[in-house]
Amino acid sequence: MTPVLEVRAVGKVFRAGGFFKRDATVALKDFSMTIAGDRPVITAIAGESGSGKTTLARLLLGIIEPSMGEIRYHGVNLKAMNGDQRRRFRQEVQAVFQDPFEVYNPFYHVDHVLTTPVAKFGLARTRDEAYTLIETALHQVGLRPEETLGRYPHQLSGGQRQRIMIARALLLRPKIIVADEPVSMVDASLRATILESLLKLKQEFGISLIYITHDLTTAYQLCDDIYILYRGTVAETGSVEQVIKQPKHPYTQLLVSSIPLPNPDQRWGGDVPAMSERNNGSGGGCPFAARCPHVMERCHIAPPPLYQTSAESAAACYLYDDQPELRQRPVAAHDLLNPH
Amino acid sequence: MTTPVLRVQDLHVHYRTAAGPVKAVNGVSFDLAPGERLGLVGESGSGKTTMALALMRMLEQPARIEGGRVLLDGVDLLALSEEQMRRIRFDRLSMVPQGAMNSLNPVMRIRDQMIEIFNAHGRHPDKAERRERIGHLLERVGLKRDVADRYPHELSGGMKQRVCIAMAIALRPQVIIADEPTSALDVVVQRQVMETLGAVQKDLNAAVILVGHDMGLMAQFADRIGVMYAGRLVELAPVRQIFSAPQHPYTQMLIASIPSLEEKRLFKGIPGVAPSLLNPPSGCPFHPRCPAAFAPCPTINPALEETDAGRWVACHLHSEAVLHDSRA
Repeated sequence: MTPVLEVRAVGKVFRAGGFFKRDATVALKDFSMTIAGDRPVITAIAGESGSGKTTLARLLLGIIEPSMGEIRYHGVNLKAMNGDQRRRFRQEVQAVFQDPFEVYNPFYHVDHVLTTPVAKFGLARTRDEAYTLIETALHQVGLRPEETLGRYPHQLSGGQRQRIMIARALLLRPKIIVADEPVSMVDASLRATILESLLKLKQEFGISLIYITHDLTTAYQLCDDIYILYRGTVAETGSVEQVIKQPKHPYTQLLVSSIPLPNPDQRWGGDVPAMSERNNGSGGGCPFAARCPHVMERCHIAPPPLYQTSAESAAACYLYDDQPELRQRPVAAHDLLNPH
Repeated sequence: MTTPVLRVQDLHVHYRTAAGPVKAVNGVSFDLAPGERLGLVGESGSGKTTMALALMRMLEQPARIEGGRVLLDGVDLLALSEEQMRRIRFDRLSMVPQGAMNSLNPVMRIRDQMIEIFNAHGRHPDKAERRERIGHLLERVGLKRDVADRYPHELSGGMKQRVCIAMAIALRPQVIIADEPTSALDVVVQRQVMETLGAVQKDLNAAVILVGHDMGLMAQFADRIGVMYAGRLVELAPVRQIFSAPQHPYTQMLIASIPSLEEKRLFKGIPGVAPSLLNPPSGCPFHPRCPAAFAPCPTINPALEETDAGRWVACHLHSEAVLHDSRA
C-alpha cells in the first residue's frame, strides 16, 4: 500500500549572502520518515533551536521545497502535483502554528479563520450548514460556540485561540496535522487542555499528528514515536518510551538530563556538562562531536549511521557500532522498529 | 526568621485605562530573607512581571503604584526620589530582565555597556581596575574575558543572558530579580544559565526572586514559592510543600496540570479562564473556577493567612474564622 506521507532523504540548504560571497546553511540533512496511514500515529520531531525542526515542518506543509530528496503524498511528489492533487494535499495536511495570536487578523472576528476554509474548500452549501460545521468543530475541541464566535482575537485567551486553530484544522477533515510548537506559548494550566485536544484528534478522528517541539516532556506525554534532531540530522529515533526513558545517544542523554523536573527532590546534578556553546562542528563528522563527552577519533571523520540500539529505537552514534545498521531507507520509526 | 532583606507590604499597582483601572497587583505582601531564592509563579496576566517591575520602580505609564511599601533593609523604596532610586538599582537591587536578546544595546560592545554601570555609580574609575573587574565578572558567569570586546549580535542567546547576569551582579547587590531569565533558551542552555545564576547568588549571598511560569524550573531552583493569581498572592510556602501538599485549590490544580515523565496521557487542565483584572469577580478571584468553592467564596475575598509555620494561603477552606462563621 502506498503510504500517505513519505519523506525520502530530504535535505534543505539555505543560501544567503551577496553575489560574490554566498554562504550556505544546511538546515536539514538526509531526513526520512513515513506515515503509513493504516492507523493514526503521533510522531514527535524534537530538537533545540537550529536543529531544523521548523524547516522540516515547512517542508512537510509544502511551504518550502526540499533542496535534496523528495516528499510524496499518496505517492505523488509535492513538486509534481497537478491542481486537484495540490488541492487535496492542502485540505488533508493541516497546520497548527506556535503563536496563537499572530495567525489572526485583529480586525476580524475569530469566525473569519473558520468561515474562510469552509468557503474556500466548498465544505458547505448554505450559511446554516457552514455554521453547523463550525459549531461542531468548536465543540470537538471543548469550546462553546456561544462563547467564541463573534469575538475578536484579543477577547479570547491564548488557549482558546489555539483551540480555535485546532478546530479550523479539524473542519477540513485532514489526514495529517503538522503542529509546530503548539503549546509553547500557552500557560501551564491550559497546556494540558490543548494536549488533550490534540490527542483526541488521533483517538477520535483517526488523524495522524506530527508534533514539532523542543519540550521532551510533552512529547513523551502525547506521542508514539520521536525523532531527535541535532543540527539538521537525526541523532536518535524510536518509540518515546525507549528514546526518552532510555536514551542512547549522548545528545539525547544530555537533553533528558537537562529537563527541569517538577520535583524539588530530583534536582539537576551539580555537574554542568562542560562544552562550548559555539558551533564549530562544520566538518564532515558527527555534528555532536564538538560537545560529546564520549567523542572518538572516527567521530570527526564521517557521520555515524543509525544503529539499531533496541527493538524500538536507533541512534546515530558509533558507541553502538556493534549493533546492526538500520539498513533500509526511508526509515519509519514505528514501521521499521515495530514490525506488525 | 532572620531579618528580611526585602519586605513588600500591601503593594497595589494599577494600569489606568479608559475603561477603568486594571488591578494588576492587588495587595501583595511578602518577606524575603537574605540569600533566599523565592520563586514567583503565575499564568500570564497574573501580575508577576508587573510586580517585579514595581519592585525596581521601573514601571511605565499607564502603570502606577497606587499603594503599599517596598522596604529594602528598612528603607521604603517607594518614598525615594528618582535619583535616590537610580543609585539603588544595580547597587543594592538589580534585575535580570526577560529576553536578554532585547535588553542589551546592539550598537555597544559588552565592555562599554558594563562600564556604564560603574560610571553611573562612581565605581572603579581606574581603567585597569575596571578592565580586570569586567574580565572577572564574565569569568564568574562562565564566559571568556574576550566576550567584553564583542557586540551582542556576536553572542548566542545563552551567552547574552549570562552577560545580563554578570551586569546584574556587577555591584554585588543584595537582591536580584530575575524575570523569566531563560524563557527563550534551549533546555541545556537553560540549565547552564540557571546553574550560573545559582552559583553567583550563593557567592554574593544575595536573595533572588525568580519570576516565571515554568514549574519545573521553580522546583529546580527555588527555596520558597509564591503563587500569584489575578494580581494576588494566593499561596506562599517552602518549595517541597508546594509540590507535595499544596493547600490552595488553584495551586493544587496547577501542580496536577504539570506534564511529567512519570504518567503518560494524564492531561489535567484547569477549566475556565483567568479572570479579567478590569472587572475581577467578587470575593475570591478564583471562585468561578474553583471546584471547592462554598458559601463565603463569591462574596468575601480571603486574606493571606499563616496556616502552619512558614505556610501562607489565601483560601476560606483554610481560614478558621470564615469556616466558623459560615457553618454557624
